[in-house]
Amino acid sequence: MVASLIIVFREVFEAGLIVGIVLAVTRTVAQRNLWIGGGVLVGVLAACVVAAFAGALSNLFAGMGQEVFNAFILIIAVVMLTWHNVWMARHGKELAGELRAAGQAVVEGSKSLFALAVVVGVAVLREGSEVVLFLYGVIAGGDSGLGVAIGGFLGLLLGVMVCLLTYLGLVRIPTHALFATTTVLIALLAAGMAAQAAAFLERANWVTALDNVVWDSGWLLSDSSLLGKALHTLIGYTDQPTAMQLTVYLAILLITFVLMRLYGAPAQVTAPARR
Amino acid sequence: MSISQMFSKVTSLAVVALLSVVAIGAALAQNATEIQLSYKDKKFDPAEISAPANTPIVIKLKNNDGKAMEFESKTLKVEKIIAAGADATINVRAQKPGRYEFFDEYNEKTARGALVVK
Repeated sequence: MVASLIIVFREVFEAGLIVGIVLAVTRTVAQRNLWIGGGVLVGVLAACVVAAFAGALSNLFAGMGQEVFNAFILIIAVVMLTWHNVWMARHGKELAGELRAAGQAVVEGSKSLFALAVVVGVAVLREGSEVVLFLYGVIAGGDSGLGVAIGGFLGLLLGVMVCLLTYLGLVRIPTHALFATTTVLIALLAAGMAAQAAAFLERANWVTALDNVVWDSGWLLSDSSLLGKALHTLIGYTDQPTAMQLTVYLAILLITFVLMRLYGAPAQVTAPARR
Repeated sequence: MSISQMFSKVTSLAVVALLSVVAIGAALAQNATEIQLSYKDKKFDPAEISAPANTPIVIKLKNNDGKAMEFESKTLKVEKIIAAGADATINVRAQKPGRYEFFDEYNEKTARGALVVK
């Protein structure tokens, strides 16, 4: 039971962090529960589909289907997160201000919600398919099914707790500081995911340039420990990053910064991103 | 230059860069050491495999079990789901000499093996 609790918790932990952040980011936006809930639901369904076709997926791209698929959905999430940040730099003020209830703001707001719902869906999908396969194996195998199922359920519950704690922790930040905080959080999240995508493409041998490991900080903080895993999700911490991963990481931060500057500041006021 | 023009330039540059990287990747993958490995009933066969140092390694793993497994190695930075009865190819970058443990994440305590790089 404990083993299955740990396995399931380890998988849902990352998704829990991401959903918590997204909930905090969108807390002033109308209809956000519908979108985020939809993202989670679609993510769970997609996870079941991916699990069912895990064998077929693996065989794509000369046996590298899983890696390529993971890289691809991570890249989608990176694009969505970056787009959200750039979009918020432009419209964040309107959304937070008195225009919030106005029809236009709601329409605009749902664009951004769509992007974040996709991010949530991707996070749930990635972690979810492993949980589905694990639980399916347990049920199919029939060995001590109930204990394992209870463990799995408790692991899932713990993941939901992580999500709640992340959310409650973030919403304690006063509104004027919340925006700047979440902008930075999302930029780091996106950069970390991009570096992860690069790692998947390296494993698939699609990317081999700059594949030297720049440092090994495993002795200090292993990225498979709980703290290491949390930092891995939040800021993309890896204990053995390759030069390519670092390059991609920094490039995403730079691109986000430049795009926020280019598109972010509407003509009339100071850039909301600087608040 | 407008922003959209700038974007299309950046995009096409990125595509060219990506394609050349892929081409180089295909060329480099030739010199890898290939190792056969199979899995059944929470056991890897053979439980210990070896490979020369400083060359890329390709592990061909066949999951002969009735359940899906997840091949994982923290030190080799590999994590891969392998469906019941399926084959998988695992690319491992060139390693320094040492002992690298791997396991089935779904049975971490019992289903373990190691790659010894010499």
